Amino acid sequence: MTVNASGAEPARHCAQLLQVSKLFGSFAALRQVTVDLEPGRCYVLLGENGAGKSTLLRILAGLLRPTYGKVRVFGAAEPHQERARIGYMSHAPMLYDELTAQENLRYFASLYPGRNCLTPADALRQVGLDPNLNRPFGHYSQGMRQRTSLARVLIASPDLLLLDEPFSNMDVESARQMVDLLARFRQSDRTIVLTTHQRELAAPIADWVLTLHAGRVASFEPGSPRTGPGPWGTEPGSPTR
Amino acid sequence: MKDLRIEWRTLDAMISMLFFSGLVVVLFSIAFDPQGQFAQQIAGGVLCVATMFASVSALNQAWSREIRHQVMDAQRTAPSPGAELYLAKAIANFLFVTIVQVILAPFFFIFYNLHVAGNAWLLALVLPLGTWALVGNGVFFAALAMSSRNRELLLSLILFPIFIPALLAMVQATTGIFTGESDPTLWIKMLFGYDIIFTTASLLLFDVVFHAE
Repeated sequence: MTVNASGAEPARHCAQLLQVSKLFGSFAALRQVTVDLEPGRCYVLLGENGAGKSTLLRILAGLLRPTYGKVRVFGAAEPHQERARIGYMSHAPMLYDELTAQENLRYFASLYPGRNCLTPADALRQVGLDPNLNRPFGHYSQGMRQRTSLARVLIASPDLLLLDEPFSNMDVESARQMVDLLARFRQSDRTIVLTTHQRELAAPIADWVLTLHAGRVASFEPGSPRTGPGPWGTEPGSPTR
Repeated sequence: MKDLRIEWRTLDAMISMLFFSGLVVVLFSIAFDPQGQFAQQIAGGVLCVATMFASVSALNQAWSREIRHQVMDAQRTAPSPGAELYLAKAIANFLFVTIVQVILAPFFFIFYNLHVAGNAWLLALVLPLGTWALVGNGVFFAALAMSSRNRELLLSLILFPIFIPALLAMVQATTGIFTGESDPTLWIKMLFGYDIIFTTASLLLFDVVFHAE
């Protein structure tokens, strides 16, 4: 167990990346990234396109395996062993165009046997959508698609929420509503890791802001007064590279 | 259910399957002008080739909806076993091909002026077994080929050689039934064995294919 910055109490880990590198051919998408994620925190990943944000999320989701280094999620050596507790939202909607939102969510809930899933109607209400909307998902506006996509992730009540550009293509008001929803989600001791280019939108819920540059952790800084120990189990200002 | 619902709304696979299999039946009947015993002898082969074309056009689309919008990533991050997904997909495609066969059957008998000399009810055993052999393997190999840019070509390249034993059994069994000259039992047993072996292997290996990067 890692000791946190104060050295007084042991840190609880939701997920850990230890010296993780990911190569695609000769291109290094991530270089020796070490991060500890604690429960009930919101981590905002910043960085230019190609900095490695999405790759980091996909490794945490178990969709990619690191070329070097180790990943532990909820104590498991492989993230896919804890798939039921991880919710991953990509910038693609990950839903069927031909089905309605309810039908999509019902299908995805069926992929979580034994998990105490929300009902599709509840999940849609949580993201501010009308559950009785009977149009195919392909006919939804971009903002509605984004909300439905978030509802898909929320339906299995994940303990670790990984969101890749959740505010893209959303108007400011919708994005604020999503931030409020994520704030409520975080209060229930669940962890959020999100990537965005709109730092100001995520600022109200950001406990820690991590900036990636060319696959390395370039900086991290506290995001709000709730902030506790640093995401590397070291003192702020000395990120592992 | 999800695949059936989507197909019911779009009819994407059904239309292309009906088109290809119908084309095979019509073109072969024009090319060979089948009559009497000759029709009985070639009908089994034509039926199997029509089924094969129909299945491949459906199988090429089997995972296309999952690739679009990265739906497959959502399935891969879910804890449900990949074998269940494989089985559901194979059953859905099996139903699509079976429906096409049922629609095509009357036209087939008309175009080939066909009279079944053997036990016609055995067709109800041979055709589903042969179709499952094709679809069961096809869904598996379509998943294997989906990360390739030439996935449609790759599917045919992998699937057809592996399907040859089942194709042979299917053609021999249906020809035996149509002509009444040979006993199709051995070929039916072979089809049954083929289905069990390849379905079991697909179920066991599908997780590896599905979760590959």
